Amino acid sequence: MVPIAYYLVLAAILFSVGVAAFLIKRNIISVFMSIELMLNAVNLTFVAFAHMWHQVQGQIFVFFVMVVAAAEAAVGLAIIIAIFRTRQTLNVDQINLMKL
Amino acid sequence: MPSSYLWLIPLLPFTGFLINGTVGRKLPRAAVTGIALLFTAIPAVIVAYLWMIMKAAGAPELIQAVSAPWIAITGFQVNFAFTVDHLTLIMLSIITGVGFLIHLYSAGYMAHEEGYWRFFAYLNLFMFFMSVLVLSESFLLLFVGWEGVGLASYLLIGFYFKKDSAANAGKKAFIVNRIGDFGFLLAMFLLVTHFGTLSFTEVFTEITAHPEWHGGFLTAIALLLVVGATGKSAQIPLYVWLPDAMEGPTPVSALIHAATMVTAGIYMVARCHTLFDRSPYALGVVALIGAATALFAACIGMVQQDIKRVLAYSTVSQLGYMFLACGVGAYGAGIFHLMTHAFFKALLFLAAGSVIHALNGEQDMRKMGALRKRIPVTFWTMTMGVFAIAGLPPWAAFFSKDEILYRAFISDNPLGKLLWFVGLVTAGMTSFYMFRLWFKTFFGKSHVEEPAHDHSHDHGHAAHSHGVHESPWIMLFPLVVLAILSVIGGWVGVPAALGGHNEIEHFLEPVFSTGSPVAEIAGSNGLELTLAAVSVLTALLGLFVAYWLYVKNPGSSTAIARKARPVYKLLENKFYIDEIYQAVIVFPLTAGTRVLLSGIVDWGIVDGSGKLAGATTRGLSTLTRRVQSGNIRSYAGWLALGAAAVLAVMIFGHSLFMR
Repeated sequence: MVPIAYYLVLAAILFSVGVAAFLIKRNIISVFMSIELMLNAVNLTFVAFAHMWHQVQGQIFVFFVMVVAAAEAAVGLAIIIAIFRTRQTLNVDQINLMKL
Repeated sequence: MPSSYLWLIPLLPFTGFLINGTVGRKLPRAAVTGIALLFTAIPAVIVAYLWMIMKAAGAPELIQAVSAPWIAITGFQVNFAFTVDHLTLIMLSIITGVGFLIHLYSAGYMAHEEGYWRFFAYLNLFMFFMSVLVLSESFLLLFVGWEGVGLASYLLIGFYFKKDSAANAGKKAFIVNRIGDFGFLLAMFLLVTHFGTLSFTEVFTEITAHPEWHGGFLTAIALLLVVGATGKSAQIPLYVWLPDAMEGPTPVSALIHAATMVTAGIYMVARCHTLFDRSPYALGVVALIGAATALFAACIGMVQQDIKRVLAYSTVSQLGYMFLACGVGAYGAGIFHLMTHAFFKALLFLAAGSVIHALNGEQDMRKMGALRKRIPVTFWTMTMGVFAIAGLPPWAAFFSKDEILYRAFISDNPLGKLLWFVGLVTAGMTSFYMFRLWFKTFFGKSHVEEPAHDHSHDHGHAAHSHGVHESPWIMLFPLVVLAILSVIGGWVGVPAALGGHNEIEHFLEPVFSTGSPVAEIAGSNGLELTLAAVSVLTALLGLFVAYWLYVKNPGSSTAIARKARPVYKLLENKFYIDEIYQAVIVFPLTAGTRVLLSGIVDWGIVDGSGKLAGATTRGLSTLTRRVQSGNIRSYAGWLALGAAAVLAVMIFGHSLFMR
């Protein structure tokens, strides 16, 4: 039996990598991917705790998160394409205004 | 009951003020005149009725009308109360009688002016406050009238408000009077602390009940009251506003600044005689102020060229006489002179107004002369006024002025003889400057500029500029009545030495004998006659000098002025008092205000705190607005930081805060 701490540490590392990448990366698609990474880190903790407590809520939450992530990916990619069409760039530092 | 009529005396003019003040603009002039005259005539009738009641045998010496309490707190009460005693009755007669005549005159004088309704509304307002002033039974209600007449005076001095000089003169009168009012207020505070009441009767009864009270706080109260009186009655050091008040229309000068309001200070001192009698020191101050003012103003009056200004300084001087009378304890003589002065000074002002009217607004006596044939009625009525004020028998002021001089001479004031001498010199000077005015205006060569061009003078008569003309009868009638009064007005006070028995002082005795022992008059008929002869000779000397200078040897006055240049300059510039006030009080005050109030308080503290608050907010916002950059990654960074902070609190916070 692998102790819960291992899962949590792994999740923390994954989450921190996600945060760091989110803060460092300029390409909006990389930023997007780092968000997915953070979500997965969270999913991992949910599953780990669900397993530990022998309860199903954590597993179900993971499904919700995946659903949200999928929806986000669909909408987000559409937004990214729209931004690229108008600004001709995917560098987040250059699209720091809400308006054109 | 007569008491219910008392309310009508102030109430009617107030109604007139309300009507003319609100809808007067839309009414035709005749209606405005009718309202203003009616609401001043009825009070005059009521006053006449009061005379009948009080003259009747067995009639009360005091008519009271007390209404519900006005201010009532635990241990202190002021009633809204009116009383009429003999003193009030005389004052009321002057106010309503002379007031009505001046209203009548104004209807002619102001006929071509703009703001006709406004003028009559103000005049009625003045009548309201003045009657409140004399009817009042308490210091507080007197103060209401006192302030009210000040307001009316301010409004009327500044009647031609489009002219800077008029507006400034109004402000000057108002501000100078506030200084006096400060003294009056302090006196009232002292009265409340010492007596717990402001009612005249209660205060004076209290004083009478304590014959051992002398000086002390009574002197303090009396002196503070004198400060108030010097403001209203234009005495040294607060006289400077009255000459400037001549910027108002001439009827205003006659009514307010000669006959009624300015005498309020004398009335107040006379009313409070019980208080003053207990403080020889305060009385001495009153006498000295009066004598000094009389002499001082007469000096200035001798060299003025503006006909109204001569009369203004003459008023200041005559008010000084009344103060002098009160100061030597001869309140009756003071009120007597107040009455005769109201007649002849109102007459002189109105006649001067008639001259000014005849000359289309010219007020400079150097541009007059030889007018006696051209405006005969004005000339003859004014002659009566001039002879009256000069103190020649049998005109009115001879009796009142001589009574004052005589009483000063025999008074127990250690300076009595000096006061008499100052009064005598002033009488001579008065005679001189009044005959100077008379000769310069009506005799000699004509210096009148015939109106070849438009006189756009301050008077506003420019609209109907034509040659010298006599005034209409609506203006001449009051002149004639006042001229008759100026001749015979003094006969109510013929002294015993001349075969009369001084009715007016006997009439006032019930008022002035209460609360203080009637001083036995230690003089003799022989002395009184001698003094009278001396003062008549002095008046004749003044007449002769004026005649010699301005008729016999015209031009010699300028030669003398040139020889005594420094003195003449000093007089012509009114001893530079205005300049001294400007330098000593006004300039430091305005400069100090500019530096301290404007510079430090207003700019530094008031503006500063506002600016500081603004700068703080802006500084903080400069810091925080960097957060809202629109940069996604910085938002995420803050978010992460926040999350970390929440996490930290959740982990360590328990041990930190929930200990």
